[in-house]
Amino acid sequence: MHVELFIPCFIDQLFPQTAFNMVQILERAGCEVSYNTQQTCCGQPAYNAGFMEECAVVAGKFIKEFSGENYVVVPGGSCTGFVRNYYSKIFGGTDLEQQVIMKAPLFYEFTSFLTEILGIEDTGATLKGKAVYHDACGALRECGIKSAPRILLNKVRGLELIETEDAERCCGFGGTFSVKYEPVSMAMGEQKVLNAIKAGAQYIISTDLSCLMHLEGYIRHHQLFIQTLHIADVLISGAENSILREKL
Amino acid sequence: MLKTRKQIFIEQSREKFSDAEHRRKINHSLLQSDIAFRKGIPQFSDLQSAKKTANHIKRTTIENLDIYLLRFEKHFTQNGGKVIWAATAQEALDAVAGICKEVNARLVVKSKSMVTEEIHLNPFLFSRGIEVVETDLGEYIQQLAGEPPYHLVAPSMHKSKEEVADLFHKKLGAPEGLAPEALTQFARKILREKYVQADIGITGVNFLLADIGGVALTENEGNGRLSTSFPKVHIAVTGIEKILPSVRDLALFWPLLATHGSGQQITVYNSIFTGPRKSGEKDGPERMYVILLDNGRTRLLADPKARESLYCIRCGACLNVCPVFRNIGGHTYNSTYGGPVGSVITPHLKEMKEYGHLSQASSLCGACTEVCPVGIPLHQLLLHNRQLAVKHAARTEKFAWKLWAMACSHRRVLNLAGGHTKNRVAALLFANAWGKNRKLPRFAPESFNQLWKKQR
Repeated sequence: MHVELFIPCFIDQLFPQTAFNMVQILERAGCEVSYNTQQTCCGQPAYNAGFMEECAVVAGKFIKEFSGENYVVVPGGSCTGFVRNYYSKIFGGTDLEQQVIMKAPLFYEFTSFLTEILGIEDTGATLKGKAVYHDACGALRECGIKSAPRILLNKVRGLELIETEDAERCCGFGGTFSVKYEPVSMAMGEQKVLNAIKAGAQYIISTDLSCLMHLEGYIRHHQLFIQTLHIADVLISGAENSILREKL
Repeated sequence: MLKTRKQIFIEQSREKFSDAEHRRKINHSLLQSDIAFRKGIPQFSDLQSAKKTANHIKRTTIENLDIYLLRFEKHFTQNGGKVIWAATAQEALDAVAGICKEVNARLVVKSKSMVTEEIHLNPFLFSRGIEVVETDLGEYIQQLAGEPPYHLVAPSMHKSKEEVADLFHKKLGAPEGLAPEALTQFARKILREKYVQADIGITGVNFLLADIGGVALTENEGNGRLSTSFPKVHIAVTGIEKILPSVRDLALFWPLLATHGSGQQITVYNSIFTGPRKSGEKDGPERMYVILLDNGRTRLLADPKARESLYCIRCGACLNVCPVFRNIGGHTYNSTYGGPVGSVITPHLKEMKEYGHLSQASSLCGACTEVCPVGIPLHQLLLHNRQLAVKHAARTEKFAWKLWAMACSHRRVLNLAGGHTKNRVAALLFANAWGKNRKLPRFAPESFNQLWKKQR
């Protein structure tokens, strides 16, 4: 299967390795992966700040960069949800409306693409330890992703997944919110991290690096013994001689 | 220089961030709400379609608000009541003052009402020498403490039982360290006297019923009933959005409100008042008034998107699930209506320029939208407010977004500098705003884009 990539701007700039890990898993699963090197950002930051004109400029460029013939796989639910659910609002009644109607439903968050489209539940990964899974708001509420990451993580050898009462509670990142309302954002992040530690977790795993980057910032500042991991980084770990590979 | 509302908001948020005791109490209280809510939900065999139906009813009603309000007025007047239309808070206050003067009122008992908080009725009556007593226990506690309600339906949820005992001891001379049951009995004794002595009972309204000209009131303590049956005059104050087409709609809205408000299947007392006492009836007030308050609501109505916030039935569920509310508490909003719905409506009820920051102070997690029993897309309405607020944005912010759009329109701009330079720029720009309690993330030496081009 041919798939196109959308690498969100901050992953492009800050976490390229995670994006490559995702690519590797997709390729091992038999996908032919292509990436339009002109892509930048989906426009969500401006939209969330209320700057519609600036958003439309960037989003208008963005949507044209996809063929509309293949699935688009994204390492994150937030940007996926934005393209899927908000592009039709931005471009309703414009020249781009048809393109949006055709292309937006092709965008898939990585874990839901693995389980729902490729039918993969086990990537053959191994990671020893206890983890909490953080339901990123974009993945959970914009894309309706709840079971896909848990199905995949439950198959990771050595990994014990702990469900906490606050799994679905926002981590407090929220884009520009995290700098405009730093004390609120931090309070939310702090509770998230402390609850994970209290549950005995060594890892906080999520589909979205924006959440994890914010939590990681708190963890590093306070030198706590817990680590954040993107799910692509988990699903690749120790998977060199994986079942997945043998299967294909 | 005078601090802006936004600066005060951020300062108070910071205080709450480091207030471990506040965090403990709120987490405890919200956990209880959550447990109750989860227990209550199974009474709906299909919650989603219940919500959809409620949304449809409210949509139809708000889209035809004029028709339903007039219908209510007609029927309520036929029942012998009097409807007073108040365009502003002042008009509502004047109306209450007029009635108080007519009956020479010295004492008013009140059941829980947010809209009377909105118009600041209590201080207004006090200034006219009229004693006002809140009879909802939570509101009574708040009145004793001299604080506004902390939460739409749980006004004193931020107070521990020890704090309440202490308050009763200091303000009412109750013995020290009373347990909650004893405190309730203590308050009850005082309040019973007040009901009998009061000249006027003032209540809020949960639902106005257009077809029968009725006022539906939901409560758990019986104080609403007592406030409306002893005094000779009953005044119900309500926002114009509280209307439902028919008494039959309560079959859906009563359980929806109960479950989302307090996790109950149905609240303990549900009363419908259809005007004053009629000849041959044994009890009820001699006169009954309904004050229909606009006070900015027609501004919401005029905005086709923001209008949806008028569906709100004030259940408070969006506050209970809001992670911002959980962390900053109810008072930091400094507005009558806190939490997500408050952040949506307050900038419209008041001024966008003064209260627009409330719509910005959200991570847009969407938990509010998910829980709302009448399907208000709350987080999308916060976004809508942000769009409206752009014209008030600082020039530097406007410039920054122009610059951002320019950079994101040209891939090569993003690839211009290396990770090292980007780290230095980010440190300059964000060290202060991001980094007091967090380390900044590090830019990779080369972006995915650059690495892909090299490797493929």
